[in-house]
Amino acid sequence: MESEMLLDVRDVGRSFPRAGGSELLVLEDVNLTLHDCEIVGLLGRSGSGKSTLLRIISGLSPPSRGSVNYMGHAVDGPASGIAMVFQSFALFPWLTVLENVQLGLEALGLPPKEIRARALSAIDLIGLDGYESAYPRELSGGMRQRVGFARALVVHPNILLMDEPFSALDVLTAENLRTDFLDLWGEGRLPIKGVILVTHNIEEAVLMCDRVLLFSTNPGRVVTEIKIDLRRPRDRQDPAFISVVDRIYAEMTARRADRVAQRKERFPGSGIGTQLPRVSANLIAGLIEAVAASPYDGKADLPDLAADLQLEVDELFPVAETLQMLRLAELEGGDIKLTHMGKLFAEKDLNGRKEIFSRALVSYVALAAHIRRILDERRSHTAPKSRFLDELEDFMAAEAAEETLRAVISWGRFGELFAYDDETAMFSLDNPR
Amino acid sequence: MRFSALIPPVSIEARRFLPSRWDALAAILVLGFIVLFADASQILLEPLAKLTSTPISLSPSSLPEYALRTSLRMLIALAVSLTFTFTYATWAAKSPRAGSLLIPLLDILQSVPILGFISITVVFFMSLAPGRVFGAELAAVFAIFTSQAWNMAFSFYQSLRTVPSELTEAGKLFGLNGWARFWRIDAPFAMPSLIWNMMMSMSGGWFFVVASEAISVGHTTVTLPGIGSYIALAIAERNLSAIFWAIGAMLIVILIYDQLLFRPLVAWADRFRFDQEQGDGRPQSWALTMFRRSRLLAAATAPFSSFMSWTYRLAPPKPILTAGPGMAVSQRAADFVWYAILGAIGAVALWKIASFAGPISVADILRVLGLGLITMVRVLLLIALASVIWTPIGIYVGMRPSLARIIQPIAQFLAAFPANLLFPVAVSAIVTFQLNPDVWLSPLMVLGTQWYILFNVIAGASVLPHELRDASTNFQVRGWLWWRKVALPGVFPFYVTGAITASGGSWNAAIVAEVATWGTHTLRAHGLGAFIADATTAGNFHRIVLGIAAMSFLVTVINRLFWRPLYWYAERKFRLG
Repeated sequence: MESEMLLDVRDVGRSFPRAGGSELLVLEDVNLTLHDCEIVGLLGRSGSGKSTLLRIISGLSPPSRGSVNYMGHAVDGPASGIAMVFQSFALFPWLTVLENVQLGLEALGLPPKEIRARALSAIDLIGLDGYESAYPRELSGGMRQRVGFARALVVHPNILLMDEPFSALDVLTAENLRTDFLDLWGEGRLPIKGVILVTHNIEEAVLMCDRVLLFSTNPGRVVTEIKIDLRRPRDRQDPAFISVVDRIYAEMTARRADRVAQRKERFPGSGIGTQLPRVSANLIAGLIEAVAASPYDGKADLPDLAADLQLEVDELFPVAETLQMLRLAELEGGDIKLTHMGKLFAEKDLNGRKEIFSRALVSYVALAAHIRRILDERRSHTAPKSRFLDELEDFMAAEAAEETLRAVISWGRFGELFAYDDETAMFSLDNPR
Repeated sequence: MRFSALIPPVSIEARRFLPSRWDALAAILVLGFIVLFADASQILLEPLAKLTSTPISLSPSSLPEYALRTSLRMLIALAVSLTFTFTYATWAAKSPRAGSLLIPLLDILQSVPILGFISITVVFFMSLAPGRVFGAELAAVFAIFTSQAWNMAFSFYQSLRTVPSELTEAGKLFGLNGWARFWRIDAPFAMPSLIWNMMMSMSGGWFFVVASEAISVGHTTVTLPGIGSYIALAIAERNLSAIFWAIGAMLIVILIYDQLLFRPLVAWADRFRFDQEQGDGRPQSWALTMFRRSRLLAAATAPFSSFMSWTYRLAPPKPILTAGPGMAVSQRAADFVWYAILGAIGAVALWKIASFAGPISVADILRVLGLGLITMVRVLLLIALASVIWTPIGIYVGMRPSLARIIQPIAQFLAAFPANLLFPVAVSAIVTFQLNPDVWLSPLMVLGTQWYILFNVIAGASVLPHELRDASTNFQVRGWLWWRKVALPGVFPFYVTGAITASGGSWNAAIVAEVATWGTHTLRAHGLGAFIADATTAGNFHRIVLGIAAMSFLVTVINRLFWRPLYWYAERKFRLG
């Protein structure tokens, strides 16, 4: 049975110009199709370009390479028939609920009577009855996102794009809204044909989607496609559900491990240009303690750990990878396992931990070692931040360089490897160990 | 520059719009004070007539010295304004009893047209140092002070009222005395908005420093060496090239002030921002970085900071719990004394006003109010015109970050530039082409103030969230619908802030814009500004006071009935987040 193809994205790439003339590649060779009656999930970490892809599909920004085809027409600007639900709702604070919902219809130039009738029926469908004259600021987050849904549905789009629509909501509200949406979808009461959902929440993707595309980071690329054939409505406790979640976790960690290994070979000895995530020393210590403690005793399953610590993939992975980079833990097949040094770290007091951390920094974080060496060599034992920022910008975009330097400053401070004065923007060896 | 700090530099403090008893008392006190000045000046005017004025040279080579003197006056006035702010606003914030009068007083003072006021104070201050320049210098500094102090005090008062109570409590628990708490908690907390208001004050201040340097009251002419006097002489001699030299000098002075004083201050004050998230748009200043890295400066300021920490330890903090049974009674007695004193002062002021108002007839008052209405129509029309022109342009610029980065500093700079330096250029054109002064002098009133609208709108458009813009694109909201539902509402609160500032400035500018001279030609438009300017030239103090009172009245009424409700409406309905 061949269903109608709504959307065909071919070889799409997107790069942004960078200071210095080079280009920053955000998306590379993305292929994606959306068929009638299908929910496709784009799953990946922040920085994997999935939101950029959504903007390209909606016509908000053009691709650098490749093409987007919507029901037989090339997309080269905002297309009627593709509507978007935004992460932070994007409601106009000066318009009432009704006026917000009507806005898209007014833009279509429909007669006022029809505008009103359609808006009211969309408000009714999405469960906003009685709130028509309220202003967004009077509503809770969940109600606001319902307005976001009503506003998108009222124009009867063929494709609904959702950019992490539930991630700004608390857990209960998000679940409530997801269930309502899936019920309406299952009953065929939504005036839409297909949905593309961007998310970083693995369980959400498994709960809602028929297919999930996994994205890698830097640049964003589709690394694998997972079909989810589970019967709806889906149950999070169902062993089949859990096994799909576990499979995705394993898939995501494996990709990362591969890539880290690959990069090592590509730049032998030159690790200064490695982009570092901003992970606080508290989180690092906290994760080590959690893994070292029972019931894990040094080895934990990442999905279990995430559920236990109430962390999302986006928050857990950078910490886990930092541990791996510092050789305090190993990542393998969706598991995290503390190394000898990691276990030692868990046992020590604060000063002992600082010592282990500082040694790990010098040995495995090339940038930290580099900064320390420069400070040692200079007679004044000081160096301006701009010196290292310039060096980093040879390897990465300006914001990434700033982030990386911020990360290394925070780690350097914890390990007392060097000091940094934000007001003068100077590194120094004041009170180092 | 962080735009979230944008607040109008006039009182929008209270949400109430109707006058209270305190407002009435404040109005009487202010008017009484002005009358007192005017009365004294009237008597003192004659002996001063023989003051020798310093000869001014039109040679460009003397401009650096004049520029230096002008900016020194500015700096001294700023220091005085700061002292006033720290005392007056603190008193108003810490003592509810004093605050109930001091705040309405500030509100009335804000509406007093400074340029009309100068003529009165100049004579008074000169009598303090007869025959010497010192008195005139004092008067100039006082004029600049009155243009700067009120809104700084307001902002400081508002900050003091909103210091988070947990900070104050933490200070008390750590045993800081009141003096230490003021400098360690209150002042730092208030710093970002105080500095923003200082910048706005300076913007307005340049206008008044230039205007206050060359003043004629009756037969007395005062010329203080400075850019303002230079311009005045250039006008008398119809020397256009000298005027362009002066404009150039002023540009440089403002640029130096901006780079060496305000940019560093804004960047420095960023550390006092209470919300602790680190934004990416942190203000930068090369001068501040230089100061911070300078060992010399660190060594020079070290004794001062150790002196300050020594003063913190001088007085032991009061015990936290000090409620006693005798408190209520003494409180009531103190209240009684306070109200009695206020009542007495108010009565004296009223009597003073009544006896001063003797020669003023009802017809005079009606005529002045009629002239005031003409000026009001002028101000409102011009603000409307400037809004129609600059709002779309501001939105266009603000939506394009790369363009906004270039235009925004220019707009802020133009707002700071004293527009009265440009008047002669326009006036010479009006004389040459024999245009109608009632129409063509009017644009001068908004020449300097229209930029407040532009840069506020740019700020508003540039902080419009990306997702909102994406949403409107996604739903294909375009054309007039886009302006009506997205862009105009989005910048509305910012626009109101700009328009309030512009309107306040335009009233003041009316006094110098409605009467303009070019050599021997004098152009005169009908209006309250011209009335005050003429009364000043004639040395008629009754008319000056009448004009000032009428203008203050009109400005207060417009603020209360129009701008303040509009501001709160905008805040309530259109403010993002």
